[in-house]
Amino acid sequence: MELTTFWFIIIAVLWIGYFVLEGFDFGVGVLLKTVAKTQAERRAVLTTLGPLWDGNEVWLLVAGGATFAAFPEWYATLFSGFYLPLFLILMALIVRGVAMEYRSKYGDAKWRARWDNAIMISSFVPALLWGVAFANIVRGVPLEVQNNVIEYTGGFFNLLNPYGLLGGLVTLSVFMTHGAIFLALKTEGAIRERARTIATKVGLFAAVVTVAFLAITVTAYNDKLEVYGLAAIVAVAWLAALGSNLRGREGYAFLYSSIALAFAVITLFTALYPNVMPSSLLESASLTINNASSTPYTLKVMTYVAVVLTPIVLLYQGWTYWVFRKRISAAQIPTPEEGVLDFSKLPK
Amino acid sequence: MSSLDLARWQFAITTVYHFIFVPITIGMGFLVAGLQTAWYRTGNTKYLKATKFFGKLFLINFAMGVVTGIVQEFQFGMNWSSYSRFVGDIFGAPLAMEGLLAFFLESTFLGMWIFGWDRLPKKIHLASIWAAAMGTVFSAYFILAANAWMQHPVGYTVNEERGRAELTDIFAVLFQNTAVSSFAHTISFAFFTAGSFLVGVSAWLLVKNREKAMATSTLKLGLVTVMITFVMIAVTGDWTARIMTEQQPMKMAAAEALYETKANAPFSLLTIGTLDQSRPVFQIDIPGVLSFMSTGDVNGVVEGINDLQAQYEKQYGPGDYTPNIPLAYWGFRLMIGFGALATLFALITLWRLRKGELPKGRWFLPAMISMPFLPILANSFGWIFTETARQPWAVFGLFKTADGVSPTVGAASVAFTMIVFTLLYGVLAVIEFKLMIRAIQIGPEVIDTSELHSDVELGGDSTKKLTMAY
Repeated sequence: MELTTFWFIIIAVLWIGYFVLEGFDFGVGVLLKTVAKTQAERRAVLTTLGPLWDGNEVWLLVAGGATFAAFPEWYATLFSGFYLPLFLILMALIVRGVAMEYRSKYGDAKWRARWDNAIMISSFVPALLWGVAFANIVRGVPLEVQNNVIEYTGGFFNLLNPYGLLGGLVTLSVFMTHGAIFLALKTEGAIRERARTIATKVGLFAAVVTVAFLAITVTAYNDKLEVYGLAAIVAVAWLAALGSNLRGREGYAFLYSSIALAFAVITLFTALYPNVMPSSLLESASLTINNASSTPYTLKVMTYVAVVLTPIVLLYQGWTYWVFRKRISAAQIPTPEEGVLDFSKLPK
Repeated sequence: MSSLDLARWQFAITTVYHFIFVPITIGMGFLVAGLQTAWYRTGNTKYLKATKFFGKLFLINFAMGVVTGIVQEFQFGMNWSSYSRFVGDIFGAPLAMEGLLAFFLESTFLGMWIFGWDRLPKKIHLASIWAAAMGTVFSAYFILAANAWMQHPVGYTVNEERGRAELTDIFAVLFQNTAVSSFAHTISFAFFTAGSFLVGVSAWLLVKNREKAMATSTLKLGLVTVMITFVMIAVTGDWTARIMTEQQPMKMAAAEALYETKANAPFSLLTIGTLDQSRPVFQIDIPGVLSFMSTGDVNGVVEGINDLQAQYEKQYGPGDYTPNIPLAYWGFRLMIGFGALATLFALITLWRLRKGELPKGRWFLPAMISMPFLPILANSFGWIFTETARQPWAVFGLFKTADGVSPTVGAASVAFTMIVFTLLYGVLAVIEFKLMIRAIQIGPEVIDTSELHSDVELGGDSTKKLTMAY
């Protein structure tokens, strides 16, 4: 296999990791106030993410870094081109990280209500925008050759086309369902019950928009036969996830929704290949794995690094999930709360 | 302002801000790990108390370092796409390695540590903070290697057809002396920063007559860290300065506002230049010191700004190759000055402490409150000097900053994102600062000694209350 193809696959793997893992983070964040009513419930819900969210987000940073290293032209064109959406995503990720860490530091109701809203909005924005961004990449955007470089010339509003927005609805609703399934798997009592109901409702909506989105993708933005098969796997896995959730088999539900997400990324990347960013204007202005890539030497160096390190990372990150596998219930949150920085704790 | 100026301001604001939190994270990670090891070994609860207390402060700081770091990973592509295209074949590799080796390690194991108090056996829990701390150091290494390549590009060729620099030797990039010396210097300063933080907080507790046993230990740990790392900073700083003189003579000349080439060059304590910055009108000097710093010989020849400008014009074509001299000159001095002041405070405190008492003067409390801030100022001015005195180059001698901006991103877009980032960072700084102050005022928690002797089963006991929840 050519190293450029290999690195195209690695980038896809990194996005699979990101969407499967931070996908449920986002979903839980969006659903925080719906699924958890009391203070103890909210803290239980956030604690399911506590040890995991930061490691999940690293998949995005590595996807960014790996794209820079393996496909610098892709990195440069994509991030300077999708400037405002990426800026909004970065703002959301900043607010979200701080909100997760600081939200329960004070007991004050107003303080917590503000951070709860911040978590919801900052989870909603990237969950929606990643879909918009990926749909546009697959659909093709205005790319032109300027001074020997392929630049994005479409502006911000060009990205808000119906197919792009449908893509946003897909990631938003799929992440919400994935998050609800995760919560059903990781919590006890009222939260678990609510999460299961939400997973069914939002999951059905997600099924409809996803099927519509995939149908357009395979017919309009794809010239490969195997993409039909991959899209079908997404649909089947998704229905299996919803079915398992209905029967209370939450572990399987989470496994199937993860498979659906993984195959959704595989479907999009397969439809894209060998382009990394097709141009909607002129085929010769498309960015491909060849004209966007680094030198064979750099790809070789990065291949050694990735082949050695990725399995180790998967091993210890997987181990974290195993260590924190037990369900968390609101009853486990101490009352009165401990470790909260309130002035009542000040020494007299 | 042009999009170039705005993109430079945005990079300066977001990077200096990010780097307020980074050295504390790096240094404190190890100091907290050390404290927890002391508890694990001795069973003395004062160390456990210190681990939990400084661990809490460490985490308030860590969150800010993480979220502001995300921007750095994407800013090159957003505002500096031409730079990214030119250097990506080389510069992207250490960034990707940093993510794979360092970011995963620190984020995963820090999560284990935060929530692991009642989920992990003590030994594994202790190992997790060490793993997270190692992650921060790996991260520093790769990003400093990438920066060192901008200071002194090696291991590459220029592909004229593709219009980019291409990697030919990854080991040259990762292990050149510029990278190693800059890493040694930066890490020393990170420990110095964390040591000063420990000193400030512990001394405040002692002055307020609280937590005597714990705060005395952490004060000593902080003071010793400051004194040891001061020596390391001096040694690595000397090494870095010599490499810099050899590789970027203009930067050293700018740092000293040395306009004419000189043997036995002096170190200037104060310089006032003419308005066009072409020659000094007033200087206070210590003879020979600059020559010694740059070459290791008091009679060594140090090249001056005017000669280097003439030489670069010949080498690279017409243009202005002189960085902002007052910024370089004062940045260099403020870096040394703030670091020296913190060291002085630490030295006096250590001297008095040998008799088991704290200095009594009215200067002491303000000095201790300033302790955590002095190294942050020193770090910031050090980096402002290092980066601005390389200008007009982004990659020295190879690629100019002015050629690096994204051609498709307009000034209005950069201005907008810069203003919003700055406002958000401002709000977050206030929140973080207040949380930190409040956590220090509340002080260490009372340790529940009833469960100290039993170990934890892997995965924990889900029938019990959680000791840590978000």
